Amino acid sequence: MKLFSDPRWSEALAHLPDYLGNHVRVSVAALALGLLVSLPLAIAARNRRVPRSVLLGLASIVQTVPGLALLALFYPLLLALANLSLAWFGVGFSAFGFLPAVLALALYSMLPVLRNTITGLNGVEPAILEAAQGVGMTPRQSLLKVELPLALPVMMAGIRTAAVWVIGTATLSTPIGQTSLGNYIFAGLQTQNWVYVLFGCLAAAALALGVDQLLALIEIGIRNRSRARVTLGAAGIAALVAATLVPSMARAPSAYLVGAKTFTEQYVLSALIVQRLRAAGLTASSREGLGSNVIFDALASNDIDVYVDYSGTLWANQFHHSDVRPRLELLDDLKATLAQQRITLLGELGFANAYALVMPRKRAEALGIHSIADLASHAPAMSMAADYEFFSRPEWAGLQKAYGLSFRAQRQMQPDFMYAAVASGEVDVIAGYTSDGLIAKYDLVVLDDPRHAIPPYDAIVLLAPKRASDSALRSALQPLLGAIDISTMREANLRAAGNDSTSSPDAVARWLWEKIGKR
Amino acid sequence: MSDAPPLIAYAHVGKSFGGRGAAQRVLAVDDVSLDVAEGEFLAIVGGSGSGKTTLLRLANRLIDADSGSITVEGEDVRAVDPVSLRRRIGYVFQSGGLFPHMTVADNIGITPKLLRTPAAEIASRVDELLDLVRLDRAPYHDRLPHELSGGQRQRVGVARALAARPRIVLMDEPFGALDPLTRDALGDDYHALHRKLGLTTVMITHDMTEAILLADRVAVMRSGRLLALGTPAELSASADAYVGELLRTPRRQAERLNVLLPRDGAA
Repeated sequence: MKLFSDPRWSEALAHLPDYLGNHVRVSVAALALGLLVSLPLAIAARNRRVPRSVLLGLASIVQTVPGLALLALFYPLLLALANLSLAWFGVGFSAFGFLPAVLALALYSMLPVLRNTITGLNGVEPAILEAAQGVGMTPRQSLLKVELPLALPVMMAGIRTAAVWVIGTATLSTPIGQTSLGNYIFAGLQTQNWVYVLFGCLAAAALALGVDQLLALIEIGIRNRSRARVTLGAAGIAALVAATLVPSMARAPSAYLVGAKTFTEQYVLSALIVQRLRAAGLTASSREGLGSNVIFDALASNDIDVYVDYSGTLWANQFHHSDVRPRLELLDDLKATLAQQRITLLGELGFANAYALVMPRKRAEALGIHSIADLASHAPAMSMAADYEFFSRPEWAGLQKAYGLSFRAQRQMQPDFMYAAVASGEVDVIAGYTSDGLIAKYDLVVLDDPRHAIPPYDAIVLLAPKRASDSALRSALQPLLGAIDISTMREANLRAAGNDSTSSPDAVARWLWEKIGKR
Repeated sequence: MSDAPPLIAYAHVGKSFGGRGAAQRVLAVDDVSLDVAEGEFLAIVGGSGSGKTTLLRLANRLIDADSGSITVEGEDVRAVDPVSLRRRIGYVFQSGGLFPHMTVADNIGITPKLLRTPAAEIASRVDELLDLVRLDRAPYHDRLPHELSGGQRQRVGVARALAARPRIVLMDEPFGALDPLTRDALGDDYHALHRKLGLTTVMITHDMTEAILLADRVAVMRSGRLLALGTPAELSASADAYVGELLRTPRRQAERLNVLLPRDGAA
């Protein structure tokens, strides 16, 4: 049983109350909201042909939107609403985490509930409806005493389907800031921690199966008119919800939330910042796996307190500049622009994590390729891979323009897989990250950029508007500024990419602190 | 006929169904006038599509008339709330129409429950009704409709119709789906109840024999029109060809039975 002697299992288990609790809460809230909206809609539309098909059509369309995209769409939507409400009514709300997740998941749960409620109600025999009228029931009494009880088994089957969908899809709410069992999966995929991935999948599957079985018990109870089964199932659901509510109420909320995007270096750096804040006597926790589009807005609207971004990313993606400036000039400009949004650029960590075109050293030497300019003539016969965002980023457009690059094929990959892919020759070139430890590990080479098409990417620490004059926070973070050079960060990233117990972001962050603390 | 005012009175009632255009509309009930006296047992006989079911449903406003007027217990039904009207008229459905998710007792007690009768009163009324329709209390009280035979289900249907002590009971082919023996027994049992409780009953049937055996008067419907109305003896004197045709079957049955089953000393 070597597999289960890995200490990461117990580490994963330690997160379970938090992740599972959040997962259950967001799922239950979404399902409850979904039912609250779907049931009256289904009842109102059941006997009207046009509204019924419109309703089912809309719910089907929602279902075809991938869960991840649906969740991601709700963040900017709610953010805009929150800003409007703040401007008009002076009341703002947090568009981060719980609220967008609940709304998107509720929408996702509607189709099976709508469809089964309408099918169940329309399946009641006309003779029974006539009898209900004949014994003197009002339409409302007929609905409550006859139609709904008879449709209930079919409706419960729909609710079960919805519950399983919601619990499964809730794992995708991690990138919009809602802690869930997806935290295991997102963190595990990024840091190649397969124990976490497996743990997250198993936990989500067990939860879905458990809830499904409890609801099945209720459904069978209703079908067979067994009060005992219905009570047992309902008590099980209630116990599950209660069990996940109690520990979260006992725990004090963290004063500081540290954000992290969805790649290894970000997990390590956020773990490091949390450790430093705790060492300074502050309460802090991390909110990991946030989408690039979500994290900056979350900071700007005070939903998270601090995170590490990269100068070129903000420059090109957030502020939509297409020109490339010298490093310090760009930093100054950025600092001023951020200050307008009352965001503090506290300082640089000391390394840059730039995009760079990377290929195997031997292949590059054999072809005589040293720079991107040399690559251009070989490119039409080559294939290239990059992460999910690179090809739509302005840097790629800039690179193509500066060097006339055009590849035979372009592929998008999970960042941690692309180094192995280029090393094995599955693709010829990748857009890697300069701070990635895998470059050295796989004996890859970074191609020069003589025309400076790629902007600088200094790692910078950003503080939320409400933390602008927080001296405790500033002094806790001060020792990190300028302290992490590129080789140290590469080594840290390489350690974090390992697949053993010393490679968890926390362990690597502790190693990193020891290393920079000594200097 | 008696001098007392009729309990149910149809006056020139018309009802049509179907599309908006006059051509597509089907006249289900065409200018029917008919009085039902208190305590009378009236059977309405006719083939399918004759309008007999529509005529019955007009009385408790399961269907509203297009023209003419209907009075029940002296009131114009259009002036009465249809829900309270239905609660004071018993209705027995074809093959029971019992609620499949409710026990026998809950089915029987439904109308009193809708009328907010106290639970204890409903419980004793249910027991009384089970006795009345000759079902044993203990084994049937908590059973579900699907656990009953067709005849038992129809007995529960009759008990449900009588639960709120109506003066009027409407029956829509109540015994049509039963086997002949059960049908006969149930018919006799109901007829006895009708007398005992002083009910006014309107029963629909497509079976002239049943109508003649149970009813005081028989109404014959065809294509929405009331073709004939009278006691069995009056009907047998009718010159109408269709009425004659309807009476031929029971007559021939009676003759053949007399031949096939001679009784000592009789015939």
